[in-house]
Amino acid sequence: MPDPRPVPFRGGGFSPVRIRWAGPAVFALLLALVEWGTRSGWISNLTLPRPSDVAATLADLARSGMLWTHLAPSLTRLAVGSAMGVIAGIGIGIAIGLFSLIRAGLVPLVAALFPIPKIALLPLFVIWFGIDEGSKYALIALGTFTPTVVATYGAVDNVDRTLIRMGQSFGLRWSSIVAKIVLPGALPGILSGLRVSLAIGIILLVAAEMLGAEHGIGAYILEAGSLYDLERLFAGVVILSCLGVATSWGIGVLERRLLRWRS
Amino acid sequence: MELTLDRITHRYGGMAVLQDISLRIPAGEILCIIGPSGCGKSTLLRLLGGLERPDAGQVLQLGDPPQGCLNPLTYVFQDFALLPWRTVAGNISLVLEDHGIRGRAARAIIDDVLGRTRLSGFADAFPRQLSGGMKQRVAIARALAVNPAVLLLDEPLSALDAQTRELLMEDLVALWTRQPFTGVYVTHNLAEAVRLGHRVAVLSRRPGRLREVIGIDTPLADRRPGDAELETLQARLWDMMREEAVAADQELLNA
Ligand SMILES: Nc1ncnc2c1ncn2[C@@H]1O[C@H](COP(=O)(O)OP(=O)(O)OP(=O)(O)O)[C@@H](O)[C@H]1O
Ligand SMILES: [Mg+2]
Repeated sequence: MPDPRPVPFRGGGFSPVRIRWAGPAVFALLLALVEWGTRSGWISNLTLPRPSDVAATLADLARSGMLWTHLAPSLTRLAVGSAMGVIAGIGIGIAIGLFSLIRAGLVPLVAALFPIPKIALLPLFVIWFGIDEGSKYALIALGTFTPTVVATYGAVDNVDRTLIRMGQSFGLRWSSIVAKIVLPGALPGILSGLRVSLAIGIILLVAAEMLGAEHGIGAYILEAGSLYDLERLFAGVVILSCLGVATSWGIGVLERRLLRWRS
Repeated sequence: MELTLDRITHRYGGMAVLQDISLRIPAGEILCIIGPSGCGKSTLLRLLGGLERPDAGQVLQLGDPPQGCLNPLTYVFQDFALLPWRTVAGNISLVLEDHGIRGRAARAIIDDVLGRTRLSGFADAFPRQLSGGMKQRVAIARALAVNPAVLLLDEPLSALDAQTRELLMEDLVALWTRQPFTGVYVTHNLAEAVRLGHRVAVLSRRPGRLREVIGIDTPLADRRPGDAELETLQARLWDMMREEAVAADQELLNA
């Protein structure tokens, strides 16, 4: 008889676990590496700025009040533009999901709009909405609109049909079926679409500010870049990354709140 | 309230699924429908509940639903069809809200039906926290909450294990004994059919025709698993099913 031995375990993985320390650890490790490289001369100052210098630049920016001067208009643009785009996108996405005629009419249009690099339309928006805030709002709105629409109607399509049949079999009103079965069922898909949309919104925000804005993170980065001031350039990039992390975190909170029934 | 099927014929894209079915479903009785897979049992149930329209013939309703009946024809689905984002109580209140029943009135109904399905402690649980048998009991409680005139059950126990199925059958018998309801019960399981049916309708292979309707006189409450008379009946039903399967294979060979 051969010796008994335990059956090898091969069932792990494929289920995300929340690990809080890993994300910050990766950041810290990378920063420490660059800091060490620049200090030891292994990375030249022309390739990458020293992280501590970037931090000092950020601190200066905050102390002088210029951080807020640049951040406030950027945040407003992002909030207004993406709110318009996301609200319209969810509304139209749901309409496409619910009504065949609207689907037939609008899906090709959305497919045609989606691949256009929205930045290419900025000159057009400047003519339509003026050089000021209007054109920036429009750019961000259009940029967040298309991915939101696609994610939303996909989510509505994916709602379990047997649940809808159940609602009909109990004689629920159409509006109740939509509000109590279709929308909650589509919410997970809509929220994960929101992640993508808001990231695109940040990209377009910077692009719009680079093409004509006095204040804003984009303008700040553009100015730093044209002077080859790497510390300030990276300070701007750090702010953008923080913005990205903050929106993603916000959606995470929203998901845990609204989708508590899932886990 | 009584339902009558009047020469129902139904086809899907040229394929006849049900052919010329006439059947009476008297009030206060459970009619079991058995038949080979794909013979149109689920389709028949959808036609009965008005979720689909027959191509020919009609489903007739005799008399009015009783007082206080919120949804005369009510389904219990094979896969439970509970909303995962609502609690047990929320899933039941879902079907009351549109009738303007909220708050204390809703609470009373929910407590009552949960009591009748032995789920009293689980009002605030989410479906994912329940076992399969409990989920189906929630679905039955939800169906009872609208005080249906006819319960339409499509293989309600086939997603469950044998023990749970046995327990739920006893639950259904107890529910019926306390307060007789009209039921149409589609199943693959011949043991369920002879335990729960006052009559058993046997459909032929596709296109489903009515092959035979067998009445069972033993009261539901007196039927036990292993009962000799029921076993004989079950064997007879099984012979019919086997004939249909053999004939279906033969048709495939000759086609
Ligand atoms: N919506 C539909 N569109 C097209 N064909 C359908 C549709 N629903 C059912 N059918 C077909 O009709 C036939 C009968 O289907 P039905 O689901 O009623 O059978 P069933 O007797 O309930 O089968 P089972 O015992 O496997 O549940 C099957 O061949 C099925 O493929
Ligand atoms: Mg079926």
